[in-house]
Amino acid sequence: MPKVIYVSATGLHTVIEAGAGDSVMEAAVRNGVPGIDAECGGACACATCHVMVSTDWLSRLPPAAEAERTMLEFAVDPQPNSRLACQIRLTAELDGLVVHTPVSQR
Amino acid sequence: MGQNVNRNVVIVGAGHAGASAALQLRQNGWQGAITLLGAEGELPYQRPPLSKAWLKGAVSFDGVVLRKAEVYQQQGIALRCGCRVVALDRGAKVVVLSDGARVPYDVLILATGSRPRDLPVPDAGLDGVVTLRTVADADGLRSRLGSTGRLVVIGGGYIGLEVASAARALGRDVVVVEREARLLARVASPEVSDFYAALHAARGVDLRLSAAVEAIGGRDGRVTEVMLTDGTAIPADTVLVGVGAIPESALAEAAGLACQDGIRVSSTCGTDDPDIYAIGDVSRRPLPFNGGAGRLESVQNALEQARQVAASLCGLPAPAPEVPWFWSDQYEVKLQLAGLPGSEVHRVMRGVSAEGRFAVFHIGTDDTVRAVEAVNMPAEFMTGRQWIAQRRAVSPARLADVAVGLKDAAV
Ligand SMILES: Cc1cc2nc3c(=O)[nH]c(=O)nc-3n(C[C@H](O)[C@H](O)[C@H](O)COP(=O)(O)OP(=O)(O)OC[C@H]3O[C@@H](n4cnc5c(N)ncnc54)[C@H](O)[C@@H]3O)c2cc1C
Ligand code: FES
Repeated sequence: MPKVIYVSATGLHTVIEAGAGDSVMEAAVRNGVPGIDAECGGACACATCHVMVSTDWLSRLPPAAEAERTMLEFAVDPQPNSRLACQIRLTAELDGLVVHTPVSQR
Repeated sequence: MGQNVNRNVVIVGAGHAGASAALQLRQNGWQGAITLLGAEGELPYQRPPLSKAWLKGAVSFDGVVLRKAEVYQQQGIALRCGCRVVALDRGAKVVVLSDGARVPYDVLILATGSRPRDLPVPDAGLDGVVTLRTVADADGLRSRLGSTGRLVVIGGGYIGLEVASAARALGRDVVVVEREARLLARVASPEVSDFYAALHAARGVDLRLSAAVEAIGGRDGRVTEVMLTDGTAIPADTVLVGVGAIPESALAEAAGLACQDGIRVSSTCGTDDPDIYAIGDVSRRPLPFNGGAGRLESVQNALEQARQVAASLCGLPAPAPEVPWFWSDQYEVKLQLAGLPGSEVHRVMRGVSAEGRFAVFHIGTDDTVRAVEAVNMPAEFMTGRQWIAQRRAVSPARLADVAVGLKDAAV
């Protein structure tokens, strides 16, 4: 079971035991972690699951597809380490992943 | 924080709107009791996947659930699934359950959603004639699509077309019967309708436009065919009726709340009873970017109204109005729409529909963007949605030219 650490804009850390195959978005939403709205439920259609991936983890993720890159470009305040949490599938190798949620998502 | 935060709120309907309102109230600091009553047996879940990934077996209930059961417990939300409200007693301020139990409220939020419209033709009640709203419906449809046979979809709206695309992916023969001269006639522009007609035809769907259903025929209680008014009989093993939804407003109507295709609400979701609110598909709400009022059936609307009612009850400032938006997935094509077109608009096409990447912008007489429909064009959707919120004017000529960057099309 991969663990994911969510860090809110105010510095609050939440550690979630994700189910294998869950996305970073699903693990957060189902467990009630605030800061990931995910209005479209993972359809890559809303960009309200925007997270910043801790830089030491960034290179270990599969690269973003074109649709995700475009959605991110137009998300609120995108950063070089921005990703859509619904597009990151959790695997055993990602155990301990750290992601930061932006101020814009309640 | 308002003085209301210690009162007891009861939410009727544990769907996307009701569950989100309960969670948002806690996030906003509501301290009183929250009771969430839902007629369905399952935990609150998302419906959009039911006409998409669910039918292909690509997602399970865990993949559509909104929150795990523990989250409601941790948040002090008393969630009661399988619990139907049969009456409101506004004088006594109680809701009455089907077992006769009475649940008192200080504040009541009606979030009862909508239900599929019935087809007013003979024998629509045969076995094999189905609608799609709940996980139970989706399970039934999935198992029917798993065996061979022909699916006839009545109604070329989003749900019907999404089901058609999932059924083709499963290798089923599919016929779509639409009464209007084009698909998505009430909800999309002709350019988008034509694109989807060509897409479905190319994927082997047999489209019957301007075709009205006369009756549904069967043998031994099972459906066998759909008869059109022109005398054509279409053999069918399963018939999906997808002809729109009607608001679940019977409780409110019986209690004398003002209703007109939905429960009439204000911009803070208040009804004409100061202690009763209504949110989601069941409400008829003001449309801030268009003027007037209307009923919206979307996740965005359910979430926006959940935020509006929670802010209002907790005495917080009203959230900024959101631009309505929606999406649809068919085959590998993603449609994203924002805004509501309204009447005084002309349309500007950006991109080429034959290439499967285009956007239709709806522009007012003052050159401001009112709506956008984007097919496989997420940048146009995201930008268009911001322009609508900002009431931004654009140059139609530059917008139509894909060689001109989007940002340079705004004036
Ligand atoms: C197949 C399908 C696909 C969709 N796809 C999309 C999409 O791609 N994008 C999008 O934005 N939207 C989509 N929608 C629409 C979206 O799901 C709805 O707008 C949303 O669910 C509305 O939320 P709601 O809470 O108002 O209603 P619902 O989610 O319908 O919830 C209402 C709940 O109230 C319960 N209830 C009703 N009466 C009572 C009673 N008397 N007592 C107790 N409980 C009661 C019902 O059982 C139900 O569980 C889709 C809908 C369907 C059916
Ligand atoms: S949940 Fe909507 S884009 Fe990720």
